[in-house]
Amino acid sequence: MIIADRKPFDEIMSMLAPYRDILVLGCNECVTVCAVGGAKEVAILASQIRLRRTKDRISSEVHEKTIERQCDIEYLEELKDTIGGYDAVLSLACGCGVQFLGERYTDVLVLPGVNTTFMGVTERHGLWTERCQGCGNCVLHRTMGICPVTRCAKSIFNGPCGGSSEGRCEIDKDTPCAWHLIIERYKKKGMMDMYMEIVSPKDWSTARDGGPRKRQREDMEI
Amino acid sequence: MTAQGNLKRVLQSGAFAVTAECGPPRGADPDMIRIKAKILKGYVDSVNVTDNQTAVVRMSSFASCVILKDMGIDPVMQMVCRDRNRIAIQSDVLGASALGIKNILCLSGDHQRFGDHKGAKNVFDIDSLQLIQCIRDMRDEGRFLSGEEVKGRPDIFIGCVENPFADPFEIRAMRLAKKAAAGAQFCQTQCIFNIEKFERWMEMVRGLGVHEKVSIIAGITPLKSVGMANYMKRNVPGMDVPDKLIDRLRGTPKEKAPEEGISICVETIDRLKGIKGVCGIHIMAIGWEEIIPEIVKSAGLYPRP
Repeated sequence: MIIADRKPFDEIMSMLAPYRDILVLGCNECVTVCAVGGAKEVAILASQIRLRRTKDRISSEVHEKTIERQCDIEYLEELKDTIGGYDAVLSLACGCGVQFLGERYTDVLVLPGVNTTFMGVTERHGLWTERCQGCGNCVLHRTMGICPVTRCAKSIFNGPCGGSSEGRCEIDKDTPCAWHLIIERYKKKGMMDMYMEIVSPKDWSTARDGGPRKRQREDMEI
Repeated sequence: MTAQGNLKRVLQSGAFAVTAECGPPRGADPDMIRIKAKILKGYVDSVNVTDNQTAVVRMSSFASCVILKDMGIDPVMQMVCRDRNRIAIQSDVLGASALGIKNILCLSGDHQRFGDHKGAKNVFDIDSLQLIQCIRDMRDEGRFLSGEEVKGRPDIFIGCVENPFADPFEIRAMRLAKKAAAGAQFCQTQCIFNIEKFERWMEMVRGLGVHEKVSIIAGITPLKSVGMANYMKRNVPGMDVPDKLIDRLRGTPKEKAPEEGISICVETIDRLKGIKGVCGIHIMAIGWEEIIPEIVKSAGLYPRP
């Protein structure tokens, strides 16, 4: 899923400064699971904004709503009768939701309340870590299910580099060396022969480097 | 093909090679390179110029190598994959060859986390192994990575690095074998302080027969003080400085520490000379280049062939 972090409160307040009537809009998908932009976080943030504005003697209306998905046109429709009534919408969805909402309602000012960080997993309660960069050409079958593009700080395909020490990456002692993990699995499965294969340069055209991506399935179009 | 470079000549003659590292200045003054080079000239077979090491901006390796070449020194141009994509890399390989640079050392490059531009975007389009293969194919097959034809092939002696002290230890010789298969002709190792571990690595290298395919040049760094030894042990990734070495420097009066550092260095070189498959030494006297002639003479490696 997509992981995000809430923007610092002061940054949010300065973004909202010119606007009186605000809608804080949550999303019920990824950002709810990573506890940053669901109904609960919408309620907390809206209260914080109200409190700060009351303290600062600023007259304001702060409204709350959470919809199923901000990245899906079908769910954005339910906002059509009300969304025009606010000075600004603070979206707690990921960058996709923020943009898509603004595309559907071009007269509405949509502001981001979170920083979208990565595609990852919930390792344990309160810890999310990155797993995929959406490079568009998966190599996990060759690397024992560990992604070198995402989990190696240098995205190298013939690792590990000389900075791997005791299973840790050179950039940070808390970051596991992806290639150390891959090699451990090659050894466990008796597949070290695979390690000796020289992997050729990757075609990055399927990744972001090829420009904005789209996927179209004509068979599904109505 | 034009005349071969000095490093390749020395290695092919079977003589014990001596190379040194030269960190370029953090400014545009070419004399900073010339001053260091003057000290080294005649004492080493080639001078290796780092490519923005530890991700700190310095004069480019390419330009520094041209300055060295103009002084009659055979330069080794380091090239990292951190800052350039395959288009820029191949273009620089052609340019370097056109200006008479004969040696390129291929590395991944330290992550920008270590440097002075932590907010930089890194590239890592290809990795060091793919870089080795890329240069070999440009030279031997006359092909770019795209498959298109190179009109006027670059004449490059291809180098790589390996760190016998990084983990997992058991793949470090295999990784050099991969680099040899990709086209590496010489290899400069990480600084050797733990010589016993280096000997174990060389044994594995010989076990794979890699020493017959790649000329292994052992990395040496003279330790100027106990503080420097401790710093290298704690702060430099992949550096293995044994406690007994630190104790030896600690037991030496402070003013005698540089002398002791040189002695350690010369003892290490003597031991390296006896290891089958070690073809030379690469001296990385970080910020202490002026000591290199003395080390070379004390190790009985002067005059150069």
